[in-house]
Amino acid sequence: MKVELTVNGKDITAEVEDRTLLVHFLRDTADLTATNIGCDTTSCGACTVLLDGESVKSCTVLAAQADGREVTTLEGLADGSGEMHPVQRAFHTEHGLQCGYCTPGMVMAIVSLLRENPSPTEAEVRDGLEGNICRCTGYHNIVRAALTAAASSAQGAQ
Amino acid sequence: MSILGTRVIRTEDPRLLTSGGVYVDDLREPELAGAVRATFVRSPVAHALITGIDAAAALEQPGVVAVLTVADMTDMPDQVPPEPEPEGVPPAEGPMPLGGLWAEPLLAVDRVRFVGEPVALVLTDSTYQGEDAAELVSVDYEPLPAVASIEAALAGESLLFPEAGKNVCVQGRGEVSDDSIFDGCEVIVEGDVVNQRVACLPLEGRSTAAAWVDGKLTVWASTQNAQIARLIVTAIGLPPEAIRVVAPDVGGGFGAKIGIDRESIVVAWAAKHTGRPVRWVETRSENLVAMTQGRAQRHHIKIGGSKDGHIKAYRLDVVQDTGAYPRMSGFLPMLTNLMAPGVYDIPAVQAGYKVVVTDATPIAAYRGAGRPEAAATIERAVDWYAAEAGVDPALVRRLNFIKNDQFPFVTKTGAPYDTGDYEGALDKVLAAAGYDELRAEQRRRREAGDTRQLGIGLASYVEITAADGAAGETAKVEVHDDGTATVYTGSSAHGQGHHTAFAMIVTSELGIPMDKIEVIHGDTDLIPDGIGTYASRSLQLGGSAVHKAAIEVKDEAAKRAAELFEAAETDVVLDADTGTWHIAGDPDKSLTWSQVVAAADQGLIVANVRFTADRPTFPFGTHLSLVEVDTETGKVTLLRHVTADDAGPVLNPILLEGQRHGGIAQGAAQALCEEILYDSDGNPLTSTLADYAAITAAELPSFELLTSETPTPGNPLGVKGIGEAGTIGATPAVHNAVIDAVSHLGVRHIDMPMTPERVWTAIQKAKANAQ
Repeated sequence: MKVELTVNGKDITAEVEDRTLLVHFLRDTADLTATNIGCDTTSCGACTVLLDGESVKSCTVLAAQADGREVTTLEGLADGSGEMHPVQRAFHTEHGLQCGYCTPGMVMAIVSLLRENPSPTEAEVRDGLEGNICRCTGYHNIVRAALTAAASSAQGAQ
Repeated sequence: MSILGTRVIRTEDPRLLTSGGVYVDDLREPELAGAVRATFVRSPVAHALITGIDAAAALEQPGVVAVLTVADMTDMPDQVPPEPEPEGVPPAEGPMPLGGLWAEPLLAVDRVRFVGEPVALVLTDSTYQGEDAAELVSVDYEPLPAVASIEAALAGESLLFPEAGKNVCVQGRGEVSDDSIFDGCEVIVEGDVVNQRVACLPLEGRSTAAAWVDGKLTVWASTQNAQIARLIVTAIGLPPEAIRVVAPDVGGGFGAKIGIDRESIVVAWAAKHTGRPVRWVETRSENLVAMTQGRAQRHHIKIGGSKDGHIKAYRLDVVQDTGAYPRMSGFLPMLTNLMAPGVYDIPAVQAGYKVVVTDATPIAAYRGAGRPEAAATIERAVDWYAAEAGVDPALVRRLNFIKNDQFPFVTKTGAPYDTGDYEGALDKVLAAAGYDELRAEQRRRREAGDTRQLGIGLASYVEITAADGAAGETAKVEVHDDGTATVYTGSSAHGQGHHTAFAMIVTSELGIPMDKIEVIHGDTDLIPDGIGTYASRSLQLGGSAVHKAAIEVKDEAAKRAAELFEAAETDVVLDADTGTWHIAGDPDKSLTWSQVVAAADQGLIVANVRFTADRPTFPFGTHLSLVEVDTETGKVTLLRHVTADDAGPVLNPILLEGQRHGGIAQGAAQALCEEILYDSDGNPLTSTLADYAAITAAELPSFELLTSETPTPGNPLGVKGIGEAGTIGATPAVHNAVIDAVSHLGVRHIDMPMTPERVWTAIQKAKANAQ
């Protein structure tokens, strides 16, 4: 079947198998490989992307379901000048990543979480990230990165 | 001022944060253009004879390039390559039971021994086609009774390797049963402690791509050591120079990516056999049944001492479940035996082990590999004894610690501890946690009969790192005439931050700015000789090698600078803050690195070294865990986790803390929720992440880390390993905390993982016993 998606602001039209998952569309058709696959049961969140601005696990969405919609992946998060998004920046300054494999999904999940709740408590961040598994960081610095990004966004807004 | 010891954020991160890493599945190398996808057909039964394989239906499927079985491996040599000996000390008594009767075939020959064992390989144009076709490969199995537990293995009624005549594949030190060591003990505790089987679970599973071009095999592997992964060629029967192994970005390892697995060898062979580039990326469901797992030991302990808390004797008997094929299994329980007495000066210690095969996924290293098991059990035993004696567990630890003036100290099990300050680490943790106040609050809740009881768990540990220091590590440092430097390391990063750490060492020695230093690892064409990353060895061996190479470069540069200055070499100095060369006492005349290196042969100064250490190092620390247990439901909430982990001088606190955080989470996960389970027929019950209870952010607090730095004389940086401290310290601290929370109800022990059901059941049993 034919699908038309806007990925990171760019229109992509392609003929895909009906059963094609969004994550495979992004990786194989759009050739955007930042989005990783960490499980096959929608448990780990490594494949998290934004679909019309909301976080989804792209292993559990068919490309067909995303037809006509907008997808943002890690590659599309920095602004036009290449300046990192506050969440990306906070991951860097707070050492929120080690091997980097869960990172794209974590970053996208936090971007979405902060859109819904711009100044979360630590407990709210932890609950919000329950669907994203990281095996390296013990989550400590990921949580700090989320709180740092929230604080810097709040400061920027003042 | 030296950059060492400062909080330098990672140079690795900007790329990972903006375009994502390049893991095996992301590679777009020209050699992999048109690569076929590999899908393994795996055994759905735990133990069976294979009576036939029919691939006809699969071969008719669209996109199927080949279906390969062991019958197609006519171009292979017979034997399987030996596993590397990664974790250090050569086996003193327990042999590594590799090959021979217990050999692990590349693909099942006529028998399968665990669910998930690879039986055939399907090559297709696309991933989806591979999954479809693999389901159509028809394999006839004649089921055999499964050996699904240590007990079943020891019973020996069904044998995995009938020709071996037994399921016990290694008998370590003889059975220890000399009970006289407990003579005169006023308090004795004896019991079983299970260190359950857990998944290593790197977020990126195993993956391998291979291309055979002009008689040379190039293999991209998600591995902790590209150089050791070259064992592939031995397995395939090629000369050593016929392979290049590249470790691209690797999404975590935790011990399960040391060396190379059979699937990677089969993929590499398939590329050569078919002439097509091949890529294999395992699914999580495959990963949870076929990647090596960790721990899986059953301990029997006996500990005795005086009524006032002095431990007199300790005995540890280990049975290691090694799964279907013995890998490093003679080795893991040997380390557990070596580290059995932990941080304590116990007058009499006995330790023994045996290893059994079971119809389960093979066991190998997992973050700590043999040492967490030792620490978990001695720390559990000490608390058990303290509870029985009615002495505060912090006091029992203090009374029995090896004292600072006893180092270097050789334990009764033969471990040569280098340096330590065990009491110092304990004191720091008790003070920071507010131990006395916590005990007061605990008393208050107990007296009030609160349903939410407080538990305080301590673990003081020591571990062995870089046990294979004699193998050392390689480094090459080059300074170019444009003032840049390149570092080639045999160490192999997969998240630890080697590139930042090693660049810090070079900038500290040579004064070349961090942004002019490139660190390269994991390519056997560029770095033919290397050992890799495991056993918390990278900074102390790999970092020391970089340090040694940088000093050699500096010495060589001093000669060139002296010639340019027309001065004596001894009068030439390097200002490491500015990266400029001077004559001592004359700061006005200076030369840059570019100028000095331009005077060298071919505009390059190089040092190529191997650093070896003649002794292992013994990091140590104390963890305190605070939990709340709901006595009506058994639910455990981890409230606080306070640690002092001492791995010597800290090169970069950010990296050190990151290693500790990750380890603590994995350690707490083993204590609270994670376990690989099988039913009595050997069917895995936890083969997806929906079933395996991987710990999440919602179940953990932020961690409170204290600093403690006791250098080792074992290397010029004075550093020990920090990678495994977290799992080693956290598991028993959390374990002890939960039992402490309900000890007043009569509970003395609960096996891990301490799920609500287990905690609730333990409380009910204790209540029933009390009535």
